[in-house]
Amino acid sequence: MSEGLIRAAHDVLIVGGGAAGLRAAIAIAETDPDLDVAVISKVYPMRSHTVSAEGGAAGVIADDDSIDEHIYDTISGSDWLGDQDAIEAFVNEAPRELLQLEHWGCPWSRQDDGRVAVRPFGGMKKKRTWFAADKTGFHMLHTLFQTTLKYREVKRYDEVFVTRLLHDDDRVHGVVGIGLYSGKIQAVTAKAVILATGGCGKVFPFTTNANINTGDGMGLAYRAGAPLKDMEFVQYHPTGLPFTGILITEATRAEGGWLINKDGYRYLQDYDLGKPTPTPELRSMELGPRDRLSQAFVHEVEKGRTTDSPWGPIVHLDLRHLGADLIDTKLPFVRELCLKYERIDPVHELIPVRPVVHYMMGGVHTDIDGATPLGGLYAAGETACVSINGANRLGSNSLPECLVFGARAGRAAAEFARSAGPTPGVIEAQAADEVRRLERDLLGKESGGESMAAIRGELQATMEDAAGIYRTGPEMAKGIDTLRELQQRIGRVGIADTSRSFNTELLAALELANMLDIGECILQSGLQREESRGAHQRTDFPDRDDEQFLKHQLVYRHRDGTPRVESMPVTITRWPPGERVYGR
Amino acid sequence: MTTPDVTEPRVHRPTMSTWWWTKKRSYFVFVMRELSSFFIAWFVAFLLVLVAAVGRGDAAYQDFLDWAAAPWMVAINLIAFAFLVLHVVTWFSLTPKAMDVRIRGEKAPAAVIIASQYVGLAVVSAFVLWLVTR
Amino acid sequence: MASNEDSIRLEVTRYRPDGDSEPQLQEYDVPLRREWTVLDGLNHVKDEVDTTLSFRWSCRMGICGSCGMNVDGEPKLTCATFLSDYAPGPIRVEPLSNFPIIRDLVVDIDDFMQKLPKVSPWIIRDDDVTEIDGEYLQTPEELDAYKQFSMCINCMLCYAACPVYGLDPEFMGPAAIALAERYDLDSRDHGARERLDVLIEHEGVWGCTFVGECTTVCPKHVDPAGAIQRYKLKAAKENVKAFVLPRFLQ
Repeated sequence: MSEGLIRAAHDVLIVGGGAAGLRAAIAIAETDPDLDVAVISKVYPMRSHTVSAEGGAAGVIADDDSIDEHIYDTISGSDWLGDQDAIEAFVNEAPRELLQLEHWGCPWSRQDDGRVAVRPFGGMKKKRTWFAADKTGFHMLHTLFQTTLKYREVKRYDEVFVTRLLHDDDRVHGVVGIGLYSGKIQAVTAKAVILATGGCGKVFPFTTNANINTGDGMGLAYRAGAPLKDMEFVQYHPTGLPFTGILITEATRAEGGWLINKDGYRYLQDYDLGKPTPTPELRSMELGPRDRLSQAFVHEVEKGRTTDSPWGPIVHLDLRHLGADLIDTKLPFVRELCLKYERIDPVHELIPVRPVVHYMMGGVHTDIDGATPLGGLYAAGETACVSINGANRLGSNSLPECLVFGARAGRAAAEFARSAGPTPGVIEAQAADEVRRLERDLLGKESGGESMAAIRGELQATMEDAAGIYRTGPEMAKGIDTLRELQQRIGRVGIADTSRSFNTELLAALELANMLDIGECILQSGLQREESRGAHQRTDFPDRDDEQFLKHQLVYRHRDGTPRVESMPVTITRWPPGERVYGR
Repeated sequence: MTTPDVTEPRVHRPTMSTWWWTKKRSYFVFVMRELSSFFIAWFVAFLLVLVAAVGRGDAAYQDFLDWAAAPWMVAINLIAFAFLVLHVVTWFSLTPKAMDVRIRGEKAPAAVIIASQYVGLAVVSAFVLWLVTR
Repeated sequence: MASNEDSIRLEVTRYRPDGDSEPQLQEYDVPLRREWTVLDGLNHVKDEVDTTLSFRWSCRMGICGSCGMNVDGEPKLTCATFLSDYAPGPIRVEPLSNFPIIRDLVVDIDDFMQKLPKVSPWIIRDDDVTEIDGEYLQTPEELDAYKQFSMCINCMLCYAACPVYGLDPEFMGPAAIALAERYDLDSRDHGARERLDVLIEHEGVWGCTFVGECTTVCPKHVDPAGAIQRYKLKAAKENVKAFVLPRFLQ
């Protein structure tokens, strides 16, 4: 073994320290304390993007609610593209996971009698969204992180960026990563690897996602030969702040907020989402699903009924009638964000909003236990596509998804690691190759006259044009061509930073490479889906086409780097495809 | 959860200057507040000497008064009094931080806690004044 | 870019551990826009002017805690600090005080990460619950008792503002103690005694001399200074009890 090439060996290595990754780590530590488990993350775990989730986490607990109703809401919300076996498992296990988090100390908002409170949410027929005011993700992440500290056997590699999965034809054997602090490039081997790196919103210019959401796990899996699933489904959240893209939670509408156009008119009533009522009506109007609300916005723009702002057309979210008391107890973060970033007070003023890229329904293809087709490789959370979200995710389903499938992937990976054989010697050569690639080709690389920021900007603009709320075949095809050009041009980007320590320029170059791959997968997959379903709306194919497209699309990577799309049936158990009806 | 050791790059460890407390108003006030403790001690000592003098009779008491009326003593006591006031004011305003006073389940406002201390001080002072002057 | 009305100067700390012996200031002029934060200014530099500048950031909405820096000497979240509030400038942007500087604006917070587990920031129970059968009840008032202390985003501004931590790195520090208090005050927790054993040590609460700056700079209004003083009261009571009562009555 060459000196220092392999930093450590573990049974299970989790890439990513957000809700899914930490939940997986605890699941493994609890299942089998003898297993050697580690979490490797490019940021300190409590910085992970779970922290930004606001509204809540869905789980059936109210007396008037039922498992079947949550299942049905999720399936119809997914426009019947979600796998029903996965959705059943998810809905069944979500309440226990949320209770577990309660036992670990999550400060869930409460009813007067001390029981957990639930609020309504978009596309849900019953009140079933648990919340910790409007900082649910923050509280869940910190609760998970602090609870993980209790398990001393869980080892952590903070601020280590994984650049490659080590694998042979059968299975994965570990990763190569750059330690940001020291700049050292080393391999960490493992019998099983769980990807839990979150989403890829930064592929788009205007997103609620954090700077770190560059789809690293998707890129890693894709290049290792594991397919990405349903990548064409990109969720636009209907209410983001202009310029920053900061999320204004759906809970604002669940608590009674209205969306109004420039005439002060609650325009959603014109889009088959029901009739306006003074108090929120479940699965109706402002509590419709996110895809339909974002699409309605585009039609309002076309009708000239939106307001112009320096950052494009906007509509307004009206919370004024809710009053300061309700806003301060249930939506304090929204008020804080509006005061800070828009210098307006939602108690007295309208909040300017526009749809903003929020979530990837697609991701690394996994089965119901988080297993990918590559042996020993698992994925969970937004990185993964199980799929429970299908063509459109319902708000407040993603946080419990991280818990349910994080735990499932953890247990499955533990099981795999217990029976897996040793790491073959050939892996070391692979690791050495990767170290050479990074050291020789990237560190201090001379510029060929291209700028990283410019290429990233062009990628994001291309994605917005070609894969926005409404899409067409020719636009997507053109987008793919542009991305191919960018793939060439990225080779001429230099890395001026020659420092080892905290070389964020090198990091950005590696992230950009991931984003280009993912962008191409989104467009290729979208081009091939010649129908409109959920978040994938094509003006050249405006109808849902169950005959041809009630199926998942898997994107594989050819050896030459180009994507190849295959399809796979959707699992239907008890709910045959039907019409998505809201507001009636 | 455990974090492994990493090979350290040459990090820069900034050192705090001796005069760090002069660079920010709040730090300066803090150091003055700490310093005020010496003057509190001074007043305690002064009081003890007074009591001892009173105990030793009229002459000793008169000597004490002469000593205390010396200009340098007056100067010291004026400075000490200023620090005493600083001490009282700063500590009173910090009290709400340390005390979580709840009135009928509601957190008592800081102003109420601070005000009640001044009321307490006034009551005690009035009592002492009455005791001395009656 | 010429210095004019529409731009503002940033004086930014640069330090490369493999080259520089001392941190130095480098000046950059960035556009002064009403909606731009100091972080937007730094990103402008990184994208358009000097790609080698290094700093941490992520959520840009004041919740992930990555982008803490000293802005004109005050610890701030740079994503929530607006350039226009410092016009006409220049604005001094430095790494957080009291931490070793790894690179440019990036500091080493490993010390805090090592300290955090010492205060057992997790729910400790007397009973051994293995089967989950419903939630532990907690009324809104009980939630309110600890809620504010659970708002800490670990941004480290309080450590940067604390001269005690600067002078004595052994000190447990504001955020860690506030978190201990958060769990102590949680009606579901029974671990107060365990945490007190750690915090009653000199490096625990007694290190604090109550400067109070930790609370002043906290962007989430957590009030660590309050937490520490309340802990001191608890610790003092314990000390008195230990002194007065025979062991078996404690």
